[in-house]
Amino acid sequence: MRRYLARRLLLLVPVLAGVSVVIFMVLHLSPGDPVEIMLGSQATQEDRARLRAELGLDQPLHVQYGRWLGHVARGDLGRSLWMKRPVLDEVLGRFKATLVLTGTALLLSSLAGVALGVASATRPNSVLDRLSAVASLFGASMPTFWLGIVLMVIFALWLGWLPASGMYAAYGGGDLRDLLAHLVLPAVTLAAASVTIIARLTRATMLETLGQDYIRTARAKGVVERAVVLRHGLKNALIPIVTVVGVQAGYLLGGAVLTETVFAWPGVGTLMVQGILARDFPLVQGCVLVVALSFVLVNLAVDLLYAWLDPRIRYE
Amino acid sequence: MIVRVADGGRADATELGAEGRLTRSLARVARGNRLAVLAALGLLAAATLALVAPWLPLLDPDAVDTVERLRQPLTPGHALGTDEFGRDLLARLVWGARVSLLAGVVTAAAAMLIGVTLGIFGGFYTGWIENVVMRLTDILMAFPYILLAIAIVAGLGPGLRNAMIAIAIVGFPIYARLVRGVVLSLREREFVEAARALGSDDARILGRHILPHLLSPVIVAFSLDVGAKILATAGLSFLGLGTQPPTADWGSMLATGRQFVILSPHVVLLPGLAIFGIVLALNLLGDALRDVLDPRIQAR
Repeated sequence: MRRYLARRLLLLVPVLAGVSVVIFMVLHLSPGDPVEIMLGSQATQEDRARLRAELGLDQPLHVQYGRWLGHVARGDLGRSLWMKRPVLDEVLGRFKATLVLTGTALLLSSLAGVALGVASATRPNSVLDRLSAVASLFGASMPTFWLGIVLMVIFALWLGWLPASGMYAAYGGGDLRDLLAHLVLPAVTLAAASVTIIARLTRATMLETLGQDYIRTARAKGVVERAVVLRHGLKNALIPIVTVVGVQAGYLLGGAVLTETVFAWPGVGTLMVQGILARDFPLVQGCVLVVALSFVLVNLAVDLLYAWLDPRIRYE
Repeated sequence: MIVRVADGGRADATELGAEGRLTRSLARVARGNRLAVLAALGLLAAATLALVAPWLPLLDPDAVDTVERLRQPLTPGHALGTDEFGRDLLARLVWGARVSLLAGVVTAAAAMLIGVTLGIFGGFYTGWIENVVMRLTDILMAFPYILLAIAIVAGLGPGLRNAMIAIAIVGFPIYARLVRGVVLSLREREFVEAARALGSDDARILGRHILPHLLSPVIVAFSLDVGAKILATAGLSFLGLGTQPPTADWGSMLATGRQFVILSPHVVLLPGLAIFGIVLALNLLGDALRDVLDPRIQAR
């Protein structure tokens, strides 16, 4: 396992280097002068020169990249032009909210998806199975942000059961109950598409596993059906399920941007969109960097989890 | 020489057989899958409406009329009501279909062209070309899909064209991976070896022997991808990074209508339903195409 871990960590190096180049290049994609874009056409010549020097834009590209990477490695992501504060503090502050949202959505989609998938696989072509097939088609076709708005209108505005937006109530809130109440709608919205994907894959894998000879043997031995399905079936079907849950974790991190915007959730997504509209490039770079890094780490964790679940992978 | 004749004859027979089989499969699927036929008809209707929008008796989609703002559906003169600026929603939905459908098809096509080209080269030529292609896709896939698109739009500046460029860039690695996998397995097959032994150059082998085998998986991937691209473009427009006002586009209609959702839910419900309906139809059609073209699914 240690050798596998070392090899997997080594593989991270080129990916991280590539990710850093892409994020660095974002600033240089713009066909015009980034300083002009950030400051607008009204800025004075001195302001432009000052910002150009501050961002190091007067240096050759590779020098700029080296300098930027050096700063990033020391945890210095620059200063936000719009908020006039260090980018790292701002992004990390907001990242907690994004983690709470995506973590809850991932938990929700894994639990509901696996449960639904197992139930569909044990009773193929039942009403539940058919409903789950229709739901998965709908889930893949529905814009997340629209589902969010519809849920908000029904449960927050019409029925008044849940708060419509934000993470805590403006007055008198701040405790766990308040957070949970605010979390329900965005987490359900974000999880909706993933539930259906995880459920379909769990169903397919479980159907294949339940058709194996050892399952027949277990049944013949008189093992209780519940144990056959869960201990003999689900346990062996877990590897592809873990894969898809890992992929969904990344999808949720990205999808959170839209959900956060719908529900005014104070996460990295809303910060990034505000940063783009305010032309605050260092802030946008910081947001993308933190989310991309956590995505890479999630993928690493999923790979390590496979190796732990299936020893064959370690020795490949 | 004898080998050449025999090889050519067999290839022709296979092609004819494949064509006949395809027509038969399509007919069988159409009979068995009424939903897919309905989806195809719906898509055809939407595409026709979008195409002929300039000649339809519709109101100007951008004409502001504050007296008529937020009218409910079935108001005389406004079959689907009006938005917050009094603009006719039916006209905006039909004109918005032009933007949304075009964006979906064009971005998926661009992603497919780049991805298929890179995938062919990455699969056919081992060595540095393969390495470059694979590392490039690895790096792009190390980002959450929509996040990278947003980051690219941040660099290029908001706007429909830039949003489409961004979505095409983040979309091509999937095609590159898919095609490379198929090409890798084809490269070792006997018919490629035979073609090479007969003196065919790389261009001929790629064009005549490898490309035809890529059609089915790429068509299936493309048909399912157009819907995903429509959702992605609508998402960027919703964030204010795609289509800019006053141009009608389903995503931006949702974004601006959001503030008036309590008073007039239809302003948000209608564009959302339009996106949902089109993407649902595309997914149904894509699933049906996969049933026809993917032999592994048929065998199951």
